[in-house]
Amino acid sequence: MNLLEQLPALQVVVPLLMAPLVAMLSGRGALPWLLTTLTSAASFVIAVLLTQQVLADGPLFYEMGGWSVPFGIGLAIGPFATLMLLVVTGASTLALLWGGASMDHEVGRSHLPLLYSSWLMALAGLLGIVVSGDAFNIFVFMEISSLASYVLVAAGPDRRALTATFKYLITGTVGATFYLIGVGYIYMMTGTLNLADMAARLGEVSELAPVLIATGFILVGLGLKAALFPMHAWMPNAYTFAPSAVAVFLAACSTKVALFVLIRFDFVVFQPNLAGHGLMFTSFLLPLCVAAFLVGSVIAVFESDLKRLLGYSSVAQIGYILLGASLLSAAGTTAAMLHMFNHALIKAALFMAAGALFLRYGSMRLSDLAGAGRAMPWTMAGFALAGLSLIGVPLTVGFISKWYLILAALEHGVGGAVLVGLILLSSLLAVIYIWKVIEVAYFREAVEGATVPAEAPVWMLSLLWLVVLGNFWFGIDPSLPLSLAGMEVPALLGGRP
Amino acid sequence: MQILGLYNYWIFILLLAIGLYAVIVKSNYIKRMIGLAIFQAAVFLLFITMDKVEGGTAPIFTKYMVPGQLYANPLPQVLILTAIVVGISVTALGLAIAIRIKEEYGCVEEHETQRMDREP
Repeated sequence: MNLLEQLPALQVVVPLLMAPLVAMLSGRGALPWLLTTLTSAASFVIAVLLTQQVLADGPLFYEMGGWSVPFGIGLAIGPFATLMLLVVTGASTLALLWGGASMDHEVGRSHLPLLYSSWLMALAGLLGIVVSGDAFNIFVFMEISSLASYVLVAAGPDRRALTATFKYLITGTVGATFYLIGVGYIYMMTGTLNLADMAARLGEVSELAPVLIATGFILVGLGLKAALFPMHAWMPNAYTFAPSAVAVFLAACSTKVALFVLIRFDFVVFQPNLAGHGLMFTSFLLPLCVAAFLVGSVIAVFESDLKRLLGYSSVAQIGYILLGASLLSAAGTTAAMLHMFNHALIKAALFMAAGALFLRYGSMRLSDLAGAGRAMPWTMAGFALAGLSLIGVPLTVGFISKWYLILAALEHGVGGAVLVGLILLSSLLAVIYIWKVIEVAYFREAVEGATVPAEAPVWMLSLLWLVVLGNFWFGIDPSLPLSLAGMEVPALLGGRP
Repeated sequence: MQILGLYNYWIFILLLAIGLYAVIVKSNYIKRMIGLAIFQAAVFLLFITMDKVEGGTAPIFTKYMVPGQLYANPLPQVLILTAIVVGISVTALGLAIAIRIKEEYGCVEEHETQRMDREP
């Protein structure tokens, strides 16, 4: 048995097996954190190895327990999936490395082993969603990751974390259940749960009404999970009150995994089989996406809490990602995939900077952060650079995403030109809300009588700057995400009528 | 009779609507969890209904099986076994959070916790 051939399964199994082990450790030493970080790093290494395999040999297929697909459970890892694996494992590892100290500070040591155990469950669940090629398996992994994320968010230091988690739990469960109903309807018509088999058999189905109902349930269910406007109400508060390290992890990847399922399900299963479904997909999602980035940005402009501001900015960014997908073109889907990768880099950096500010100031209200630019120059400089990337300044990853998105929009004539205008308007709003933070931090006098805090720990700073450098590295040389996206595009668009 | 004969599906829709109504409208966290449980139970019913084969028995493989005997599709039953476990976990976690909310806020009503959050 060659271990390299088992990597698709190990990607999920390693964190899943380590989770109960970590839960049994004592909370006193740094051991739970160390073990979790090592496990997460091992997952990252597996993701890198898988990416190399996929880049060299194309998509990987794996049969769990040797049972042949579609009777057994199949794992399918395409280029898009490896991109997501890199994002998820990378975000988890960086957030753990960055946040060990802040977790001690915000959560209290006695609960840490259980919390890190939940972290590994969330990681395993997210990775499971990405590698799985089976619709029901995706549901189960979705619930594993969601249940673990609820625990992580509820561990936040403020009591409002609890009400935020409750909202997250209700919305998340309704979303997952909608998805399950949709899968049930498709199973009724096709008798299969394997996505590839589903795509093949759906063509033979003559009674399409249940399938149309299924598309609705699946789109709305995954939209709830992905915090697509107007189903985003749970998200800003969940990110705001979660422990800082959890916010870095979840903001970078959890909603994107739901988007990944949404895009894959729709492009692979529905669009080749339902005449006119592409048009329905576009006309349903495109207005929501435009509303998402306009409304999200406007609310962010008026928000006075830094983490909530970033949360609403995420609502807008999800709009950009799905906008690319809903254009149904090669350029559009490329833009969507690129922005999933790029936005993870941007938001990880911004939440790291926000978390460092929270560690020193103990508050996220903008008025309390006055003068932070002088008290914590390195942190704020990192924030400012990541903010430039969010706005989409050349040489940053944000620019690459916007560039491809605008190219994709311009393929659509006058309507496309209007879209470009709206994208630019939303970018302008991003300039305003990032500037609002910069203005408070650099140009306003510190609150009188308040003690001026010290700069963030060197360890946190170095990780923040590592991610900021990543923003520029992949902004100057986006060949890795581009080549993965380029490999995936024919698979996503290939079978369309 | 076609419409009445599909009564399982009607109950599914009814339960789904009742559950979703409670989740959206109710302010009490416990009642919302009850709504969520009803909502999930509706989906269990949907899956259990679709596996029924007319004239089929339980899908248990024994030496008494008659050749040609019809039996219900076991797969959705297994799926729902898993979904029930997921549902129980969600309910348990939701109630645990409701208890923590009661400890921290002294109530389990959403409009009151929201009011307390607004007051600094």
